[in-house]
Amino acid sequence: MLPAALEALMEQSAVVGNPSSLHTSGRAARAVVEEARERIGAALGARPSEVVFTSGGTESDNLAVKGAWLARRAIDPALDGVVASSIEHHAVLDPVEYLAAARGVHVTWLEPDRCGHIGVDTLREALAPGGVAVASVMWANNEVGTVQPVAELAAVAREHGVPFHTDAVQAVAHLPVRFDESGADLMTVSAHKIGGPVGVGALLARRDAPLVPIAHGGGQERQVRSGTLDAAGIHSFAVALEATVAGRDVEAKRVLALRDRLIEGAVRLGLGITVSGCWTAGDGTRRVPGNAHLVVPGCEGDSLLYLLDAAGVECSTGSACQAGVPQPSHVLLAMGLSEAEARGALRLSLGRTSTEADVDAFLAALPAVVERARRAGGLL
Amino acid sequence: MRVVAAMSGGVDSAVAAARMLDAGHEVVGVHLALSRSAATLRESARGCCTIEDAGDARRVADRLGIPFYVWDLASRFERDVVEDFVAEYAAGRTPNPCLRCNERIKFAGLLDKAVALGFDAVATGHYARVVEGASGRELHRAVDAAKDQSYVLGVLDADQLARAFFPLGDSTKPQVREEAAARGFSVAKKPDSHDICFIPDGDTRAWLTRRLGERPGELVDAVSGDVVGAHGGAHGFTVGQRRGLGLDRSALDGEPRYVVSVDAPTNRVVIGTAELLGVDLVEGHHLRWCGPAPAGEVRVGAQVRAHGAEVAATATVDGVDAVRVVLDERLRGVAPGQSVVLYEGTRVVGSATISGTGRA
Repeated sequence: MLPAALEALMEQSAVVGNPSSLHTSGRAARAVVEEARERIGAALGARPSEVVFTSGGTESDNLAVKGAWLARRAIDPALDGVVASSIEHHAVLDPVEYLAAARGVHVTWLEPDRCGHIGVDTLREALAPGGVAVASVMWANNEVGTVQPVAELAAVAREHGVPFHTDAVQAVAHLPVRFDESGADLMTVSAHKIGGPVGVGALLARRDAPLVPIAHGGGQERQVRSGTLDAAGIHSFAVALEATVAGRDVEAKRVLALRDRLIEGAVRLGLGITVSGCWTAGDGTRRVPGNAHLVVPGCEGDSLLYLLDAAGVECSTGSACQAGVPQPSHVLLAMGLSEAEARGALRLSLGRTSTEADVDAFLAALPAVVERARRAGGLL
Repeated sequence: MRVVAAMSGGVDSAVAAARMLDAGHEVVGVHLALSRSAATLRESARGCCTIEDAGDARRVADRLGIPFYVWDLASRFERDVVEDFVAEYAAGRTPNPCLRCNERIKFAGLLDKAVALGFDAVATGHYARVVEGASGRELHRAVDAAKDQSYVLGVLDADQLARAFFPLGDSTKPQVREEAAARGFSVAKKPDSHDICFIPDGDTRAWLTRRLGERPGELVDAVSGDVVGAHGGAHGFTVGQRRGLGLDRSALDGEPRYVVSVDAPTNRVVIGTAELLGVDLVEGHHLRWCGPAPAGEVRVGAQVRAHGAEVAATATVDGVDAVRVVLDERLRGVAPGQSVVLYEGTRVVGSATISGTGRA
């Protein structure tokens, strides 16, 4: 966490008060929440009333997909379809699959090109038959870091009168994310990816976005997200977001240089390592600055993970949620990689605490790690 | 040494890992994902490979402060253990999948990968002892006779044994549970796993029928050769089995009948009285020696099933892959497909898969 965000969290945690209560301490807590709402809205180009606080990215995604689908279907039963990219985070993927399995929803998956990008024409084609209740395409992919043309996609959805949701959890840290300029109707953001606390996020929802609650209760947050608000977490979220946005351009440039140093260094080792998808040195608009995603042929990701961890480098094979029994990433498979290639995937995230020395230590450890992992990989 | 502790999520492997750590080794916990449908929580106390078990193992690793990984050996387990199990039953034999798992998964798939990654050895929670002998490492029975698992380890060769640790061999089960509780492990009171881990409800016959289908055939009397009944598939029967024959006992002079042999090619199950079950000649193949291979005729103790008694015997190795074991006394219900493990005192000499039985 950012030190300022941590301090804000601690400070506000010591204060008693339910923002929904009308007594003095309740009013004080409400003021904290509303001020945070204004600051978060300002930082992301949203009106305060468009900020719906949630427990984080997963809840926001669920609320967007299910809530919009339910709302649209209530208006017109013919609006039964869902369109989503096949490389979404599981927090979008799984609600969509749930709707398909439990409610018989017709789903059209948007397939990425080999770079991991969703084409505008792909969306247009999916919306052409009509009957779509909601479309969802993430802003930046959590595994390979590809950045989608959100404004263009949102414009296509608007032409078809379909509400457009984008999961921007991975984008806010390094990209100039603006809700108003994106054209999206619904946008997911989360505090912990920008140096704020875990357990707080928001769904940005245009005031005319069709949305009904998926969890019913006291009617907080525009009647769409019930439950007592976490004033301390929300306050800390606002502090973290403002700090992130203020330093974003400089930080993005710094991290981009680290990313390029890492990728160039890894590819140049002569070990057959490639970057998954497409990568252009110096470009942080098509691929987020903080993401380096490598494919190491002939290796099992979990062997790499163990050996790198033992060498002091913390990284990931896919998304952290898949940790456990290793499965080849659905994102890489959708991008056309074979299952064997996808098993050798290595995701390195670079952020605020990453340094040039970290990158060099990783590159120095890599040859021995890859050699060992290859020996282990051929055995299974 | 750098050691992989195989952690099933049970109490034994938890204490084994802790003891390796106490002994000063660098320990990494590894849970083997062996089930293809690992998305299930425990269905009964019998399973060993569920998400809940992986979680239990992870909590022990947390407690010990050691790294923990899940390695996916499910496809290899399916090929080398499960498919072998099905094929053996289909051929009228009675396999022991735990032996196969030790031979091909824990001390092959797991061990080879561990060695390739720079580890020196694998430690498990089996009850058996490794003793440094004059001519290398020896495998011995555990101190706790009731828990002794040297039988299912009798397939390990000298190379595998050289990289194996069984830290529980000197302890009894109650001691291990006590130690687990003292160490604060949440699994201290977890029930023992039983039977076959990939058949969680314990109903082997039904499981095999799902894999192999119904294969109706005849029950035949061993003496008269008469057809005395019908069955749904020879794969549901094992030598020595008495239950589930579906016979009207009064029609058979009131004496209980047992399966005396299973003939897969004709899908016939041959039944007879207890007297016919006794054999004192056991022939085996697929020889595995835990140390130097014995030459010629040797006096040994022979054990023919996981929890069976050991009987004195004379074993003669015949060529490179056949052994003939003559038992001093007759044993009942010796099933082809099981292993005969040979002992010299408490030391495991080696093992063979039983190919045939008879009378010497």
